[in-house]
Amino acid sequence: MDTVLELKAVNKAFGGVQAVKDMTFKIERNELAGLIGPNGAGKTTIFNLVTGVYDVTSGAIEFKGRNINKLKTFQVISLGIARTFQNLRLFGASTVLDNVKTAAQQHYKYSFPEAVTHMGRWRSMEKATRDEGMQLLEKVGLADRANQVAGTLPYGLQRRVEIARALALRPELLLLDEPAAGMNADEVEDLNALIRGIHKDFNLTILLIEHHMDMVMQICPHIVCMNFGAMIAEGSPDQIQHHPDVLKAYLGDED
Amino acid sequence: MEGYSLGVITLLAINCIAAMGVSLFTGFTGVFTLGHAGYMAIGAYTAAILTVEHGINFVPAIICGGILAMILAYLIGLPTLKLVGDYYTIASLGLGEAIRLVIENWQSLTRGARGYPGIAASTTLPVAAGFFIVLAVAMFFLVNSRYGRAFKACRDDYVAASLLGFNTARYRVMSLAISGFYCGVAGGLLGGYMSFIQPIMFDMAKSTELVSTVVFGGLGSMSGCLIGTTILTLVTELFRPISQYRMLIYGLVLVIIMVVRPEGIMGTNELTFSYIKGLFHRKKSTPAAEGGAH
Repeated sequence: MDTVLELKAVNKAFGGVQAVKDMTFKIERNELAGLIGPNGAGKTTIFNLVTGVYDVTSGAIEFKGRNINKLKTFQVISLGIARTFQNLRLFGASTVLDNVKTAAQQHYKYSFPEAVTHMGRWRSMEKATRDEGMQLLEKVGLADRANQVAGTLPYGLQRRVEIARALALRPELLLLDEPAAGMNADEVEDLNALIRGIHKDFNLTILLIEHHMDMVMQICPHIVCMNFGAMIAEGSPDQIQHHPDVLKAYLGDED
Repeated sequence: MEGYSLGVITLLAINCIAAMGVSLFTGFTGVFTLGHAGYMAIGAYTAAILTVEHGINFVPAIICGGILAMILAYLIGLPTLKLVGDYYTIASLGLGEAIRLVIENWQSLTRGARGYPGIAASTTLPVAAGFFIVLAVAMFFLVNSRYGRAFKACRDDYVAASLLGFNTARYRVMSLAISGFYCGVAGGLLGGYMSFIQPIMFDMAKSTELVSTVVFGGLGSMSGCLIGTTILTLVTELFRPISQYRMLIYGLVLVIIMVVRPEGIMGTNELTFSYIKGLFHRKKSTPAAEGGAH
């Protein structure tokens, strides 16, 4: 199989706190994998390590067989990784469309002289950026909200904008950090459909952090479970659900 | 009186050029600066020395001044803007003063604190207006391009910006370099307008004035910074006859706007047709809502 993301004995310490301990796992191409664990288990830290927001203390992170430990965030992104955030990081004062365009423009570049004169490729590239942005907004069902200020949208819709913005980078690997946080059952249902849809349509590999257990169990055939920074189980939903350490982590010890 | 009002408009064009530079860096890229008068000084002295001592034409000399200011801004930006946070702001505090002191003490080149006299009065209204129009069009085009969106992304959330693939440090340095160019050109024009420049003209107070004009007009609004500059330049000029109260009124206008509209005159809006239309619609429904600011 074709490995997209591989963590090899990754450690991360913040001073004396060991946030991630010897994490080792692989995500294959076109997988829809889940990363679960109780609060403070270190899930988001993993995302921050992969995207270069934090540097690893030891170990290796490989993307398509290439070590990306030392790369800066923007370099990691340009290789084909995109992510969303647990607490939304939209450009709240910009419109929904501008948010998506800010990401989509990475594929439609033109030179500085063209930018200050609005000549040359400016018109065609701006149009292409806009068209791609609108297409993605249609995909996530927000085309009619394109010109609304992003910060004024309801929470659930802002998450969709974030997903559209991440897709605009045309990633191979998409990291979703608790996309269902703060959503009710119906919204989670819609989101499930959306995630399944983009996974198929964009030929994506997705790694998903989620607290809604039933959601992960439903859509992720491959689940990694961690607690206190270390991996405690890996496998299919069925295996995870019956794994004694997972039950202990979530429900506590019997005595 | 005719000549005087032409002079005020010329000065206004010069101030607007400098304000656009600061607006790009502070309003659109989100880094405060307290030393941009330094770049104006570089532009002013370069243009003056090139025209007076080397007989170079005024317009190319001004562009050289702008380029030199841009190079300096770039070199200062490289180490200070790589770091996230207010490092550049702190550095700019010392920077403006350092440039001024170097000019003051480099007697052989700049003639020191007594100033540099004898600059040809080449900044006529057409020259200043020409520079203003070209630079304003370029600036409005720039903020409405992929670069403008990148600057705003760095301003709004640098983590999100880098996670959208932007090398945020590079865009911040780029924004500073462009803003240095605008201030350098403004400085050069100011020299040709006054026929005389002095290091003290480019002190801390001038830097503060530049940034307060931009905040006054609205951070993140190019048209706002032009409106702000117009109001503040006219206030300073109109009240020249009662010069002892001039700065008092200037301060009052600033304080009133900041109390009434803390986001500045325009906020982050641009003065577009649809913005004006929206304004009138709102006025119809609540006549008092926008009254104070316009």
